[in-house]
Amino acid sequence: MREQTTGPAPQLPEKHYLNATYGIRSWLLTTDHKRIALLYLASVTFFFFVGGFFAMMIRLHLLTPSGLLLTPDQYNRMFTMHGVAMVFFFLIPSIPAVMGNFLIPLMIGAKDLAFPKINLLSWYVYVVGGMFTLWAMINGGLDTGWTFYTPLSTVYSNSAVAPAVVGVFITGFSSILTGLNFLVTVHTMRAPGMTWFRLPLFVWAHYATSIVMILGTPVIAITLGLAAMERVFGLGFFNPAMGGDPILFQHLFWFYSHPAVYIMILPAMGVISELIPTFARKRLFGYHFVAAASLAIAVIGFLVWTHHMFLTGQSTYAAVAFSFLTFIVAIPSAIKTFNWTATLFGGSISFDTPMLYAFGFLGLFLVGGLTGLFLGALGVDINIHDTYFVVAHFHYIMVGGAVMGYLGGLHFWWPKITGRMYPEWLARIAAFTLFIGFNFTFFPQFILGIMGMPRRYHTYPPEFQIYNVMSTAGASILAIGYLLPMVYLTWAAFYGKVAGDNPWPATGLEWKTQSPPLTENFDVTPVVTWEAYDFHNRPDLGLDVPAGKGSPVVAPAHGDD
Amino acid sequence: MQSSLPTFPVQASNFAGNVDALFSFILMTTLFFAVLVTVLIIFAAFKFRRRSEKEVGDDVHGNNALEVGWTLIPTIIAIGIFAWGAAIYVNYRIAPKDTLDIYAVGKQWMWKLQQPNGRKEINELHIPLNRDVKLILGSEDVIHNFYVPAFRVKMDVVPGRYNTMWFRPIKTGKYHFFCSQYCGTNHAVMGGWVTVMDPAEYAAWLSGESGDVNPAAAGERLFTQFACNTCHLANGTGRAPSLNGVFGANVLLADGSTVVADEAYIRESILQPKAKIVAGYQPVMPTFQGLVTEEQILNLTAYIKSLQSQPVPAKGAGIAPSSAGKK
Amino acid sequence: MHRTGALYGQFKTLEQQKDTATLGMWIFLVTEVMFFGGIMLAYTINRHTYFHAFAMGSNTLSLGLGGFNTVVLLASSFTMAMAVWSSQTSRKRLITLFLSLTILLGFVFFGVKYVEYAQKFHHHLVPGKNFDIFYCVNNPTKCEDIDAADMAKEKEELEVAAKADPDLNAHAQLYYSAYFGMTGLHALHMVIGAGLLFWLLKESVAGKFNAEWNNPVDIVGLYWHFVDIVWIYLFPLLYLIDRHK
Repeated sequence: MREQTTGPAPQLPEKHYLNATYGIRSWLLTTDHKRIALLYLASVTFFFFVGGFFAMMIRLHLLTPSGLLLTPDQYNRMFTMHGVAMVFFFLIPSIPAVMGNFLIPLMIGAKDLAFPKINLLSWYVYVVGGMFTLWAMINGGLDTGWTFYTPLSTVYSNSAVAPAVVGVFITGFSSILTGLNFLVTVHTMRAPGMTWFRLPLFVWAHYATSIVMILGTPVIAITLGLAAMERVFGLGFFNPAMGGDPILFQHLFWFYSHPAVYIMILPAMGVISELIPTFARKRLFGYHFVAAASLAIAVIGFLVWTHHMFLTGQSTYAAVAFSFLTFIVAIPSAIKTFNWTATLFGGSISFDTPMLYAFGFLGLFLVGGLTGLFLGALGVDINIHDTYFVVAHFHYIMVGGAVMGYLGGLHFWWPKITGRMYPEWLARIAAFTLFIGFNFTFFPQFILGIMGMPRRYHTYPPEFQIYNVMSTAGASILAIGYLLPMVYLTWAAFYGKVAGDNPWPATGLEWKTQSPPLTENFDVTPVVTWEAYDFHNRPDLGLDVPAGKGSPVVAPAHGDD
Repeated sequence: MQSSLPTFPVQASNFAGNVDALFSFILMTTLFFAVLVTVLIIFAAFKFRRRSEKEVGDDVHGNNALEVGWTLIPTIIAIGIFAWGAAIYVNYRIAPKDTLDIYAVGKQWMWKLQQPNGRKEINELHIPLNRDVKLILGSEDVIHNFYVPAFRVKMDVVPGRYNTMWFRPIKTGKYHFFCSQYCGTNHAVMGGWVTVMDPAEYAAWLSGESGDVNPAAAGERLFTQFACNTCHLANGTGRAPSLNGVFGANVLLADGSTVVADEAYIRESILQPKAKIVAGYQPVMPTFQGLVTEEQILNLTAYIKSLQSQPVPAKGAGIAPSSAGKK
Repeated sequence: MHRTGALYGQFKTLEQQKDTATLGMWIFLVTEVMFFGGIMLAYTINRHTYFHAFAMGSNTLSLGLGGFNTVVLLASSFTMAMAVWSSQTSRKRLITLFLSLTILLGFVFFGVKYVEYAQKFHHHLVPGKNFDIFYCVNNPTKCEDIDAADMAKEKEELEVAAKADPDLNAHAQLYYSAYFGMTGLHALHMVIGAGLLFWLLKESVAGKFNAEWNNPVDIVGLYWHFVDIVWIYLFPLLYLIDRHK
């Protein structure tokens, strides 16, 4: 299904970006976007395991109502550091920094991003921020919740708040630099013929994500800066004892942190928009609508932040307005889901691992997104705000959605990145394990929320135990689902079957280069004359296009060049 | 009434029925769409599975009518859900005129509630059936949240401002309440019970209280209810000395003197805790003057007496060295 | 290290390189707007809530020094624009002249800022343990730089303000936190700008800029103008609103 059955087995190309230069300096001082992507891959994976370790502690501890393993202070540190590690150091960078960096120049036919040195700088900024936060985690820990609400974080907490906040502040600049790089690259570095509406939707998704990164991240930067000043120097913007307002902190915090969740999901949606056309061998249904929906999510996403604050005692009118906008922001995601589904009809669908992740994404994002409607409805939010219902909702989107997209993308592009294929059957087993483990972990948490179990609880009334046990059991299966790919993807990078230029085959420009690509990506600048996902006008893919089914005329170029 | 939805708490307030109804409606609607999309995906995955290695799918760009349709219909449904939710919320945020007003103050990590006639409670709220009750919420330190699942209501408690919430209990009984805004170490134990009583019983309760048969058992309940156990940890690692074995022993005070821990000492410690500070401890115990009745002090004393036979921790007992337990 | 004016590997033409760098700077400036916007929002909300304390704070700032600094920065934007023009018209010596003037004006700004900050420190108006809005009126001999007439006016205004706001000192401290935060952040950006200008100066002395290649001057100019605009917002927000004198 994936390998060419005719012709000799493919060989690894002689020269490529991995063997172009050797030595640690050639990696640590690289400006090749592909190597930088791998540097990021190593760092985000590290933080994924850090966050995963904390998650394991949480779930083990919650096996019994009185708490099995940890003191209250230790537990509070576990969930805080789980959130900080996963949100700031895994979810936000993951797909953009790993896959965006690797693929965007290839997808648009460029030699590199607009600012390769700034790209490398962004990785170092991430690492420095990560070191600060890691240091804080080890020296005193952090127990404020990843949301750092004041005055708990600035006045009352006895943990390493200041260094952790400084670490997150620094890492934010990595995000800003990445977003800036992507925006400029997409504007000025496209190959001849690569018009806006021929761009892969992965690029549209990252363009939208970059808008969010550059508009939102500076606000969390100044907010955390002010919070750190308050913690260290005793300023009073957020401290009621000094005339400050804790709710001001929440407004400033969520002004970024809500759009941040779109930073986490839009790239994953971009991955899905690549996977489904590829494995259904059919162009994406409603390309323009999906592109527009990405931008709509980015823009409207900035208008809903107060839905995290419906019960802070703010103005009723404000709450009503923000609830309305929250329902509006759900619509573009629904449009995308319908378009992905419609793409399947009339397709030629295969069930390779990336497609399994895409199906998993569809199912889990559906649940996660729809449960957002419960929370956006003011009357219901009164009941389920700050309960496990919220925890389940965002894990369905972030793990069921974003992480599925991340893993699906990693599998899909692994042959391009490494030149070698992962083991298909083991990968399918891992995907199923992950899906099953995930649902056992998080579905019971919806029920806990409905029953009234608040979040961030180190101990709970006994009637909640059964669902907690179920959740922990699921988590142990989920963990296996994560560990397997870490192991076999690493193995495959060195010993997997050589994949060839385009094993699937897929239609993107990145698949017209060798696997792994040359450092300069293309030996000749490509000239693009075809639309995205156009299986019917690509004889180079070697597929059977039925006679008369291709468009006789290639779509005219529109948009700027 | 019991909610028709499984695992839902009992519906004990005027809001519960409406909130649950909206929840059911959203559930039904989202379930419909989720099942629809899932069935479509599974159907398509089967019907259009790849049959030969080089097969491609159809060349379809899209369908504008479909796009408009699946944009408009979800929008209309979404607005409907929004409107219903907003109606419940606006009703919830605007309390009726004639309410029974109760002051609730959250602090790390307990709740102090005060009835209109001045009667105070800790981690307990007694209210009458079928009466509109308004809680006026304040915080002494960080942000907390008062949440009663059976009533389907909650509201943040923010330092530096007052928030209010209202509800009408419609069913007698005891209902859990929780703090549901993370507030530090003991966030998870900062809860208690709301007791809804018949109005006549409530009136009686408001003006006096019933006695308990076993003073030490009653004292033990009070020890937890007043959150003494959060500082006076039995193993001596808390902010306050362990009370195991202290009754009748010599206690070493910060000024170097010793005092016998008799009934008078216990009573003084509860009502004027700063009068005598145990050596090695900070003067952080709040006073319970006005919060405990004499009867309750007697019950607490009986309980502490019953701890004489408990093992005394090596560190954290406050007992003066080389003192023999008497009585 | 690259040479100014050379074509980077990822670009096809110098034109593309120029367009890319310029777009990059504009987007960076958008992020700066959001960054400063956050603290300006916090300031504005607090100014509305603690009207009296913030008016008091505003009155302790020197209109003369602030106004002078505003003129200095506007002039430096002018000299910067002249430097850009000079580079566009290949007037190499003028580029160096105007860049030097811009840097000089920048340092004048720093000098005045230092004087202002030193005065605040002297008057116990730096947030922290020693903060006391009443310090000067209570200890007139310690604040010799305020003349008697101004001191009397300040005393009177403080009395009125304290009656209206019993927590005047705490709220005034919020004003000064914002003052130091915003002007400090602005000064930091100016220091970075000065650094960029020094680099430009070095390159211009080496004759690197001309009508064909002046992009670095152009985009540093954008940055410098932005920093100037931030001050144009800060000056009225901090110095001018609710001034009585």
